[in-house]
Amino acid sequence: MQQPSCPPPPSRPAAAAALLVLADGRFPAGGHAHSGGAEAAVRAGRITGPDSLEDFCRGRLHTAGLVAAALAAAACAGLDPVELDAAADVRTPSPALRATARRLGRQLMRAARAVWPAPELAALAAARPRGAHQPVVLGAAARAAGLTPHDAALAAGYETVSGPATAVVRLLGLDPFRATAVLARLGGELDEVAGRAVAAAGRAATGGTGELPAASAPLLEITAEAHAAWPTRLFAS
Amino acid sequence: MHRDHPVTFPGRHTHGAQAVRPDGRRRALRIGLGGPVGSGKTATVAALCRTLRDEVAIGVVTNDIYTREDADFLLRNAVLPAERITAVETGACPHTAIRDDISANLEAVEELEEAAGPLDLVLVESGGDNLTATFSHGLVDAQVFVIDVAGGDDIPRKGGPGVTTADLLVVNKTDLAPYVGSDLGLMARDAKAQRGGLPVVFTALTRPGGVGPVADWVRGRLAAWRTGGTQ
Repeated sequence: MQQPSCPPPPSRPAAAAALLVLADGRFPAGGHAHSGGAEAAVRAGRITGPDSLEDFCRGRLHTAGLVAAALAAAACAGLDPVELDAAADVRTPSPALRATARRLGRQLMRAARAVWPAPELAALAAARPRGAHQPVVLGAAARAAGLTPHDAALAAGYETVSGPATAVVRLLGLDPFRATAVLARLGGELDEVAGRAVAAAGRAATGGTGELPAASAPLLEITAEAHAAWPTRLFAS
Repeated sequence: MHRDHPVTFPGRHTHGAQAVRPDGRRRALRIGLGGPVGSGKTATVAALCRTLRDEVAIGVVTNDIYTREDADFLLRNAVLPAERITAVETGACPHTAIRDDISANLEAVEELEEAAGPLDLVLVESGGDNLTATFSHGLVDAQVFVIDVAGGDDIPRKGGPGVTTADLLVVNKTDLAPYVGSDLGLMARDAKAQRGGLPVVFTALTRPGGVGPVADWVRGRLAAWRTGGTQ
């Protein structure tokens, strides 16, 4: 069950710069091999250039992104990560996406434990040896790095759009400057999503994980199932 | 401040490179095979499996770029039982998956050892790449770079990290040399100049026993690994 109150993060130096390390696209946690649904959207003709990429990313940010950001913020605030992992499961209908989230969570856990060793990370790894959902691990890693729940929400939300944007550069040969400009244009909305995520995490601290958002993008879930069965693809998801 | 485990393995580069598994057993020796597209990486892996599978327990991780072609080739040819072969997807970046972000390959290697182990040897085959492709020391203990004579006899002279630093350079398809106008003597001299004392072997995998020199090199590595060294 939910802990009645969140324990304070273990004492450590203030570490705002750790956010740059955690959110760096070169952080070695396996994200480079995943497109966040963009490969399926490109194949279906729904992403053809910068404008449709922006539409796709906006949709993902306000659905999967919001949920991921709230889970990460809650984990960073010290809510029980095993409870949050169950909350992530029920918010992810597609078995293929659940498997991807756990695989990426396990890969992130490996990197995070090497970079920011902490007993709480070791405990979560032991409780979920096959991997916890990636946003939960991201929040726990942010906590181990001395970051705030808002930092964790920003990092989780950013990942949900930066992954598709870089994937589409590879898939379509899209001009990388225009792809990155999409991410910059979404900055204000990302801030807003992170704010909502932190507020939800705050409510969940007293009201339980039912307070966390459960927004979903059905097309992402459906196309993820189809994509997982493709015999030929560039990205793992 | 608690920075790391109290006991660190000397010379390790990442957690994944620790030589001892959590249960205390020494893990399998990990050998990476890289090289340009079509040089014979998968053929080398298949031949190594056929030659060594009665001596040691082998697992294989393939890094296909956009298909399961390599893993399927190995399965079709039944060089190993299916549970000893697994594939990693690399997101259009084969060199990233073996060098810059090795997390997926480490997962695959460890899952193989857990599911099909204990293993003595895990071969990690890179997706076909270019002359700069090398493996992270956090992923493998030694690496083989496979080129072929048909790619041009100037490849050893061009050098690059794969040709220059791999623990073993394999020059494959020597049987084609007369047909493509490649000078094997020139390749050998250039390779020696680029690599100093590091070994180079010439193979014709289509001939019986063609993988012999590579298998012998792997046997030497295995013997050293078993006695605690990595060289």
